[in-house]
Amino acid sequence: MQVHKHDAIIIGAGGAGLMAALYASKGGADVAVVSKLYPTRSHTGAAQGGIGAALGNLDEDRPIYHTYDTVKGGDYLTDQAAAKILAENAVDAVIELEHMGLPFDRTSEKRISQRRFGGHTRNFGEELVRRACHAADRTGHMILQTLYQQCIKNEVKFFDEFQVVDMIVVGGTVAGVVAIELGTGEFHIFHGKASFFASGGWGRCWSVTSNAHSLTGDGAAIALRRGVPLQDMEFFQFHPTGIYRMGILITEGVRGEGGVLINSQGERFMERYAPSAKDLASRDVVSRAIYLETRAGRSIKNRGYVHLDVRPQTVNRYFAEEGRDRKDFIDEGTVERKLPDILDFCRTYLGVDPVKEPMPVQPTAHYAMGGIPTNVDAEVVIDADGAVMPGAYAAGETACVSVHGANRLGTNSLVDLVVFGRRGGMKVAEYVKGADWTPLPADAGGEIEAEYERIRGGSGKSRPGELRALMQQTMMDNVGVFRTEETLQKGIDDLAELRERFRTDLQIDDKSRVFNTDVMEAWELGCLLDLADVTARTAYERKESRGAHSREDFKKRDDENWMAHSLIYQTGEMSDPSYEAHFDKKVDLSLWEEEIEQGIPEDQQKFRPIERVY
Amino acid sequence: MEVTFRIRRQNPDVPGQEKPYWQEFVLRDVDPTDRVLEMLHRIKWEQDGSLSLRRSCAHGVCGSDAMRINGVNRLACKILVRDVGEKVQVEPILGLPVIKDLIVDMEPFFDHYKQVMPFFVNDEALPEDGRERLQTQADREQFDDTTKCILCACCTTACPSFWANGNYVGPAAIVGAHRFIFDTRDQAEKERLDILSEPNGVWRCRTIFNCTPACPRDIEVTKAIGEVKLAIRKGETFGIIQIDEVH
Repeated sequence: MQVHKHDAIIIGAGGAGLMAALYASKGGADVAVVSKLYPTRSHTGAAQGGIGAALGNLDEDRPIYHTYDTVKGGDYLTDQAAAKILAENAVDAVIELEHMGLPFDRTSEKRISQRRFGGHTRNFGEELVRRACHAADRTGHMILQTLYQQCIKNEVKFFDEFQVVDMIVVGGTVAGVVAIELGTGEFHIFHGKASFFASGGWGRCWSVTSNAHSLTGDGAAIALRRGVPLQDMEFFQFHPTGIYRMGILITEGVRGEGGVLINSQGERFMERYAPSAKDLASRDVVSRAIYLETRAGRSIKNRGYVHLDVRPQTVNRYFAEEGRDRKDFIDEGTVERKLPDILDFCRTYLGVDPVKEPMPVQPTAHYAMGGIPTNVDAEVVIDADGAVMPGAYAAGETACVSVHGANRLGTNSLVDLVVFGRRGGMKVAEYVKGADWTPLPADAGGEIEAEYERIRGGSGKSRPGELRALMQQTMMDNVGVFRTEETLQKGIDDLAELRERFRTDLQIDDKSRVFNTDVMEAWELGCLLDLADVTARTAYERKESRGAHSREDFKKRDDENWMAHSLIYQTGEMSDPSYEAHFDKKVDLSLWEEEIEQGIPEDQQKFRPIERVY
Repeated sequence: MEVTFRIRRQNPDVPGQEKPYWQEFVLRDVDPTDRVLEMLHRIKWEQDGSLSLRRSCAHGVCGSDAMRINGVNRLACKILVRDVGEKVQVEPILGLPVIKDLIVDMEPFFDHYKQVMPFFVNDEALPEDGRERLQTQADREQFDDTTKCILCACCTTACPSFWANGNYVGPAAIVGAHRFIFDTRDQAEKERLDILSEPNGVWRCRTIFNCTPACPRDIEVTKAIGEVKLAIRKGETFGIIQIDEVH
């Protein structure tokens, strides 16, 4: 196997990976970015509505309000000190993106334009605030492009279409990763002092998802197999507005611009579920409301979807009811200008013109709050006390800091990428200066190469596509928006059967080496099965409802017993793994503790975990 | 409905498949609103796992699945069955070496992109208040169209001038340069225009217009190239360009 030696190996070239690469190389590290996709194909580019930062360009705003919203949005599972860092660093990070040339939309004062987004408020929940900095409805695209362009400028070394498939751990220290060069099918060793996972989420565990086909959770699955626990896996966000049946994301920015959700009775039903924030309540709340409307027989045509209506006459009618200033009223031109990509998606895929008709939407699997546990400098931590695994780093969706807690607020994924990608990159630069090279073991890469050959030789009857579809369906039916012990047990049982077929009955048609996507998809399916399994298991164990994890048999949040992060470990043999979940990692409540120390009376404390009301 | 796919295939790794050949697949129960990408997936997942293509986002924003569908460059995820009919011919985009089936070597394409300094340059001191640089929304809109590019290569590989001469930087690279040349905050327009005045720069464009209808993002590619040509001719870029003059 060919061996490449670089101080830092960045795995994944989306927002977090590129940010880490930029900062690690600016800090003097020799960096290689290894990515299974060309960088500009990464899913950061699909993010639409905006990146939250308390710039205060249009409304009075402060980072502490953003912190509060993030903690409340996470249903108090968010680590409070981390949320504060997120909100404070967000301001610098967004300004810095602008300095890198990112073409944000502008206000009449020539500053970065901002829009409303779900759960983002001023003065601790007083009213919705314009905080999401945006470039039309393709903010993620512009972030991805800008960061890639800056990497070209800074001559960062890329290994495009190299898929990382294993991590090399020597005596508890990470010595690098193993990757397969897709174009040739050859294995390569990347020997590094630091290995930085920025490899994205695993929405493809579910059948209706906003996620790209490539979001198969490779990094998280590899880490789990090599001894890293995964944190808070039971919390997976369903975004309320995916295009019906397809799952393609319709940004919350549509509701930020005044769009409303309507049921089959013509009712704006969110007024009942969230009297104050209404359609801009946090995502878990809105997704559940859509499911409940469906159960009550009020989905459109009884088919499990509702209408998202951004027609100017509808929006303006509600604006008038709310007593909004006439200058806020919108016309067709506003919609065209502010949501061009959304209009394009609906016109292309549905033949629906949102300026004239409402859009059919349903909840879509969207974002992993959980993942590889890290501290606020993107160092991977492997136990409840925060012990660092030397040489291992993670940021972005694949990581769990945890700033999103039990439910992520809209825009905070992009904030997470740039803030923790940057902090991690700086930390890596510092680390590689002092760290020694860990020698590679003689058999590095041998185990994963053998596993690949096993897959390639598959001569059974189960095509990867069939197993994947069955997994996605059982996850949708049993480990979705609402869960019970019964559904979760069904999910676990189904997954066990699918894993058995994956091990013993795979059918692979393509036996060649050049760009073998048949084997690639099968290996990725193995990652998805592992992650689906640990998701179902932690969801089974957590006997309460919190944020995106909604148990119908345990409907209340239970802070007394469950105010803790989950950590799930793989035990047993690699070929036949079992799992062990622990719920002993404390949630950081330091902002609340400070309020108590300062003698602030309970009813004036902002960070005390209370019931979430929107 | 029933749809017949005729797909151009090639696998250098399998004896007998090194040279390109055509293979037909029949799909039943196809809905007219299905994406062509979903149909290619059905072939791969139900009939022949060796069919090879790139794809990721499946909704037209990542730019992975550019291919020639019924003779026209398209993203397979952004074209529906009802738009292509019951007989669909799929082949790799032209002008780049084929690696396998519908997968081509994208390196020459990205190399051209990197030639035009596709990154923001401004070495002036940052605003003293520590905040963003200022720009009017009108100035921002000058280059809005070309910010939409997803580097899928549909335009460049639809261009006869590029087919004739692979050293031509091609429409996508010019679009990439345009995005910065017309950004009031950027300071490297002269360097970029110098690069694009070279023999393999914009003057290889013969205004054939294939690029514009090929763009899945509806970028007015030919117009952007025209604006760059005009900027080179005038030796300056800001404030004086009448779009009408280009055509």
